[in-house]
Amino acid sequence: MTTAAPELEIAPVSTPGRGWGHELRAVKVVWKRDLIRFRNERARIFSSMMQPLLFLFVLGKGLAAVVPSGNGVDYATFLFPGVLITGVMFTAVFSAISIVWDREFGFLREMLVAPVRRSSIVVGKCLGSASIATIQGIAILTLCGLVGIPYHPVLLIGATLLTFLVAFTITALGLVMAVRVQSVQTVMPVMQLLLTPLIFLSGSLFPMGGDIPTWLSVVSKINPISYGVDATRTLFFHFLPDGAAGGALVGGITWLGWPVPPWLDVLIVMGTGAALLAVACVLFSKTE
Amino acid sequence: MSLALPSEALEVPPYERRPAIEIRGLRKRYGDLEAVKGIDLEVPAGQLFGFLGPNGAGKSTTIKILCTLVRPTSGEALVSGFNVVEDRTEVRRHIGLVFQEPTLDEYLTAEQNLRFHAEIYGMARSTVEARLDSVLAMVGLADRRKDRVSTFSGGLKRRLEIGRGLLHSPRVLFLDEPTIGLDPQSRVTLWKYVDQLRLQEEITVFLTTHYMDEAERCDRIAIIDRGQIVVEGSPAGLKAGVGQDRIHLRTGNDREAADTLTNRLGVKAIVTSEGVDVFTDDGEAFVPRIFEVGLSVRSVTVTKPTLDDVFLAYTGNRIDDAAGSGASFPPGPWSRKRS
Repeated sequence: MTTAAPELEIAPVSTPGRGWGHELRAVKVVWKRDLIRFRNERARIFSSMMQPLLFLFVLGKGLAAVVPSGNGVDYATFLFPGVLITGVMFTAVFSAISIVWDREFGFLREMLVAPVRRSSIVVGKCLGSASIATIQGIAILTLCGLVGIPYHPVLLIGATLLTFLVAFTITALGLVMAVRVQSVQTVMPVMQLLLTPLIFLSGSLFPMGGDIPTWLSVVSKINPISYGVDATRTLFFHFLPDGAAGGALVGGITWLGWPVPPWLDVLIVMGTGAALLAVACVLFSKTE
Repeated sequence: MSLALPSEALEVPPYERRPAIEIRGLRKRYGDLEAVKGIDLEVPAGQLFGFLGPNGAGKSTTIKILCTLVRPTSGEALVSGFNVVEDRTEVRRHIGLVFQEPTLDEYLTAEQNLRFHAEIYGMARSTVEARLDSVLAMVGLADRRKDRVSTFSGGLKRRLEIGRGLLHSPRVLFLDEPTIGLDPQSRVTLWKYVDQLRLQEEITVFLTTHYMDEAERCDRIAIIDRGQIVVEGSPAGLKAGVGQDRIHLRTGNDREAADTLTNRLGVKAIVTSEGVDVFTDDGEAFVPRIFEVGLSVRSVTVTKPTLDDVFLAYTGNRIDDAAGSGASFPPGPWSRKRS
């Protein structure tokens, strides 16, 4: 403030680029910004790990004592894929709704007046939040040995991909909500309200195949998260030691008695994600 | 950072040939409220143009239309020759924006904010480094580039915003009350950068302000009230339009002085309890004539009409009324909530 403005040469700049290359750069920088911010917030990294750990070792070990596992899958083992998906969902959604804070603190406008398609910003944001959530998913995955799941490379890679897929879908949902709900005070409770039934009705905490009421079973089949959990759990059980994958806790989603294959699970989650992403893009594209 | 321009750059680029901003019959309606009621305006390239008006006069709506954030109900607006509705992306490439509300990511460093901007504006990669350095130096933040914005004062943040608004070499820079909430020292510094910038980049600046001294700097001013442009002109022209200069005299005998002035110089002189007031067009040039007629003058004060007088005359408000309380137009879903 004390020195006078120095005489400066101003570097000339050529006209900015255009076309898909430019849109890709925009996607990349929005994605990168999320990662930079995540790296800077160590408290967030730590706290986002706490909830899955509580689920796994408090709820998991506590309920394992009363849930009959017979000679098949232990409850904590059963719970692990569910905790993985649940933890990732929370991280993804809270990262997605940070766009409401961006609006509150003005940075959203910096993005909205930029000479790029709004959909590039949405895709970048989706990839960013999904990446953060996946990083957390990988951190949870490192604990799988504690519940008797082997560290098989195919399992780890497959689980990471599934985690990313679910995270992406949930981020898209979060973005749709973030456009509709604009106040910082409201968006958190609204997302809690939305996430809790999605998690409870996804089969992540208890199997949906047993003697549960019909309505519960029906609702869980409408819930796209169920298919993400189902695919992840099928993958995990596939790699359990011989003979361990049996008992009451095994058994995925069925449509009128037909077991939904994992590829269809994946397709359903992908389809939901794509549809939500499209909705988010349309909502963001409205100028005013 | 050398200025080796290619030879074709010496030719006059298209944006220099036409006005920076052209507005024709612009209207914007929000439900029952017509915020902008048919505006025509032309801003020649390279000017510092002041866009003044009371809060709720349609100022912010007009700016938002020019920045492509709001679609006009009817009429047409071109910025740097590009239509704000049809060539939205091109308009955005050619403008820089500094809003009265902050739009920085406080969790990022100054440099990270600028790099984000460079990428999302698609700046040629080879030019980013040099441009980044010169912009940071220009706004005096070179030594703070690695610091997080959350550690910056209000003045530093605003300077960073201006630097960022310039990063992609816009042709038109919109400054929407850029110095609101800044201390006087920061305001002076900020204007120094803007002046320097206009000199070096021949940029057009479209300014809204509630500060009279900032309005005085403008080449031209338009005043908007109730959705319409009520007057437009240079600050000097506008002031001349609302009234004459006032010459205030303290003399030995006010009554006699007034008679002399009226009879010998043919001007109307009014005696007040504090002296004599004379109203004339060019006050300074008139002063020597007062002495030529041999009056015993103790003191002379020449007062010119201020832009505040102009503003008051055309809008019925003082220029700094409710400065900083923001415009009161219906906010769109993306407008930032005011707390």
